[in-house]
Amino acid sequence: MSVTPAVVFDVTDLTKVYRMGEVEIHALRRVSLRFHEGHFAVLLGPSGSGKSTLLNILGGLDVPTSGRVLYRTDDLTAAGEAALTAFRRRHVGFVFQFYNLIPSLTARENVSLVTEISDAPMDPDDALDMVGLRPRRHHFPAQLSGGEQQRVAIARAIAKRPAVLLCDEPTGALDISTGVVVLEALARVNAGLGTTTIVITHNSAISEMADRVVRLADGQVAGVEERTDKRAPRELSW
Amino acid sequence: MTISALNRKLLRDLLTMRGQALAIAVVVAAGVSMFVMYLSNFDSLRSTQQAFYQQQRFGDVFASVKRAPASLERRLRGIPGVAALETRVVATVTLDVPGLEEPASGQLISIPAGRRPEVNDLFLRRGRWVDPARPDEVVAGEGFVDANGLELGDQVGAVINGRLRDLTIVGVALSPEHIYNIRPGEIFPDDRLYGPFWMDRRALAAAFDMEGGFNDVALRLTPGASSGAAIAALDRLLEPYGALGAIPRALQLSHWTLESELTQLQNFGFILPLIFLGVAAFILNVALTRALALQRPQIAALKALGYDNLALGWHYAKWALAIALAGTAAGVVAGVWMGVAIIDIYNQFFRFPVLLFEIRPAIVVQAAGLTLVSAAAGAFTAVRRAVAVPPAEAMRPEAPASYARSAVETRAVSRYLGITGRMVVRNIGRRPMRAAASVVGIAFATAILLVGFTFIDVIDHLITLQFSFAERQDVTVSFVEPQSSDVRYALSRLPGVLISEPQRTVAARLRAGHRFRTVGITGTSTDATLRRIIDMDGTVIPLPSNGLVLSRPLAEVLGVSGGDLVTVEVLEGARPVLQLPVAGLVDDAMGLSAYMEVGTLHRLMREGEVISGAALRVDARAEADLSSTLKQLPAVAGAGFKEAALRNFRDVLAANLNLSIIVNVFFAGIIAFGVVYNAARVSLSERSRELASLRVLGFTRAEISLILLGEIAALTALALPAGTLLGWGMGVWIAEALDSEVYRFPFMLSRPTVAWTFLTVIAATVLSALAVRRRLDRLDLVAVLKIRE
Repeated sequence: MSVTPAVVFDVTDLTKVYRMGEVEIHALRRVSLRFHEGHFAVLLGPSGSGKSTLLNILGGLDVPTSGRVLYRTDDLTAAGEAALTAFRRRHVGFVFQFYNLIPSLTARENVSLVTEISDAPMDPDDALDMVGLRPRRHHFPAQLSGGEQQRVAIARAIAKRPAVLLCDEPTGALDISTGVVVLEALARVNAGLGTTTIVITHNSAISEMADRVVRLADGQVAGVEERTDKRAPRELSW
Repeated sequence: MTISALNRKLLRDLLTMRGQALAIAVVVAAGVSMFVMYLSNFDSLRSTQQAFYQQQRFGDVFASVKRAPASLERRLRGIPGVAALETRVVATVTLDVPGLEEPASGQLISIPAGRRPEVNDLFLRRGRWVDPARPDEVVAGEGFVDANGLELGDQVGAVINGRLRDLTIVGVALSPEHIYNIRPGEIFPDDRLYGPFWMDRRALAAAFDMEGGFNDVALRLTPGASSGAAIAALDRLLEPYGALGAIPRALQLSHWTLESELTQLQNFGFILPLIFLGVAAFILNVALTRALALQRPQIAALKALGYDNLALGWHYAKWALAIALAGTAAGVVAGVWMGVAIIDIYNQFFRFPVLLFEIRPAIVVQAAGLTLVSAAAGAFTAVRRAVAVPPAEAMRPEAPASYARSAVETRAVSRYLGITGRMVVRNIGRRPMRAAASVVGIAFATAILLVGFTFIDVIDHLITLQFSFAERQDVTVSFVEPQSSDVRYALSRLPGVLISEPQRTVAARLRAGHRFRTVGITGTSTDATLRRIIDMDGTVIPLPSNGLVLSRPLAEVLGVSGGDLVTVEVLEGARPVLQLPVAGLVDDAMGLSAYMEVGTLHRLMREGEVISGAALRVDARAEADLSSTLKQLPAVAGAGFKEAALRNFRDVLAANLNLSIIVNVFFAGIIAFGVVYNAARVSLSERSRELASLRVLGFTRAEISLILLGEIAALTALALPAGTLLGWGMGVWIAEALDSEVYRFPFMLSRPTVAWTFLTVIAATVLSALAVRRRLDRLDLVAVLKIRE
């Protein structure tokens, strides 16, 4: 690559300490990292390694104990709750392990939830098209399979054309073949829209489709790997 | 217009929890319907009353006098502040109404010839005014005419000054003085037996030897004039002519009754709805807290999507407001419906040209405002708590509830409780505030029911007290003028009379300092067996040989107690002014009474054994005979038959009581059902996982039902005694609020009433428990265990 893409997240000395009763849990210890525009990054690590905490802080869902996170030039660590809400609303798309769809809304309505509060959203149907679920748009979450629900969640996340897409174990609750369909949807969004995508997983096979793999262990960065031989989701096996 | 996705979610969420939403909305509706009913009826009565008073020029001050010369009128008009004045001749006569067995009484009131009365004008419903050339024509009160099925042109016999005359009804009218009609001395109105009649002034004056004179004055004051000053001046001028004491409008019987009804409507119109809305706010809070706990992951997702706290808070607050609005709408409809029914009842008691139910938009707005505020209050903590959770935390399930052994669980108790009992106890102990709130809710239902039932008891008690203890006579006779004691023997010779007990009542004004009341002092003999002085418990109060026995409220009005001296200005005979000690107080149920030993009374009046009436015990078989004889006796001003009074009382009251019992039971049931159903649904939702696990472990449906429903049973068991206490407090308070110069209500609980109350609350509880039990039976074990909580 001739030109290094712009930095989207610049993380410096990030520390997060939870108090659980009388015990202090160091979820993150002085983590420093960078994420670049348009990249597909994977955060790899066992449970308790701090990857969810990192993702939540990047997405403005949580605040660190110390350290600094820059989103482009904005200091997220200095932002108040209203500013974080605005940041999420404008720039971030979330995909959760358990989908977190609103059960009382149909697939299309779940997507509308986002398009109604965004500045320049896609048509909800186009977003569903991208994950191949346009024909199922009038179904309620309870009428969809796990993989379909996750794809609705992806459609919901990308419908506002976010700059970054944050996914917490998006395939964690799915079997292989369904997982692949979900990953394909993510890859398509990353390639098609150029959305910076950060995916948490404890499944190392997924790292083969990433531009960059960050390994976390015990709240610290255990290794960063730049990859040039990205593979398509269909070629993955686990 | 498209509905936003969030609002769609709102609608569907409400639909999902429709059972609970409905239970809450119905409680809200009950409160709103009472608010609308009471306050609209208040408005309707008040505006009708004011319009009628205005239009008919209702008087501000009223006075009776024995006989004043017509020439005095000019001086009366000179009293400062008098705007209009009408002197009248008023007389009470015994009537013989075709088709009516017992004698009725009529109040004959004069109307001037050739002009309308300046004060207390009539509203002519049908027919025409009397012709001064025909002295036997009368305009009759609508209530009397309707109750007796009379028509224009019908005749009514009247004993006028010793002669039986036939009066021809040429018109039917209403008067602001007679909106509420009750025969003096009676406790309940009976339109058949008492009514006003208006006659030409000259004809009436001629009949009662009142030519060139009058015996009644009604006057209107200029705005801002003091009625106290006018009364004092009036009394001074009328004094030489046998003044019976002027009264302000506030003490005029019809007006007074109407006002006390209005006060009640206004009081109940606020208190009862507040109770209901308070309960609604509470169950809304519990239901919403649980529903929002279940929505934690959704709240997290919405926050992650960029919805801010304000938007989410508003979204969830709308749940509460939607329920409140639905309840308000239903409540307004129900309130109008009930209001119309109650106005129909008012139309039986109060005679207005037109009394229609009307509802001001402001009432609806106020009702909606009140409910929205209480719903918002109920929703506030639940919504704030749910929305305040940071999004990352909301993503994780809520921490498992921490349980602890409760204080009551000593080792011995534990063994006795068993595992099910222990779960019930700990679950109550875990959320003591919520359990307490449920108990308070059910207790309110119990209290409302208890008060409703008890007032039926109280009225029954008053009837028993009045007719079986205090007034044991079958017939009460009053005379036009005091008679010599010889009449006693004439009375005992009347058909069917077994015992005859003489009565001497003297009109007097009792004065203590600047306070006064005009009452009749009743002289009875210490050995009276028919008419006795009875306190609220039915105890006979012995008459002291000296001094007065006053009913407690009269003593309160005068500000005196036992041993104090009262100035007694006798308003008849030689009109002596006496200083008499208060020898005793009686806590009686009705009226303002003053009693004296009859011999002492005669002595003070310097009179022989004259009597002004008698109480008779009569052979029931001869009653018809007696009543037709009494109708003809010129000396008799009126005769009251106990049987007739009781029958009428029970007939009219029974219909109205039944309505209020039904309303009471229904509304109390709504509260009990609402509270219990909601508590059970919340428990079920919180513990479905636990209960399903128990089922998997091999517990039967009955056993897990016991855990859930046992909690409800325990709460209800706590609520019943609490509700009894609360009801007792409310009852005493309401009894005090109703306490007046006319009625006093002793509030007392009877065992059967408490038992019926408990049974009704338990029935409502069981019903709602059964509704939840159905869900328990359908608990899908696998699905419940699979979902992530």
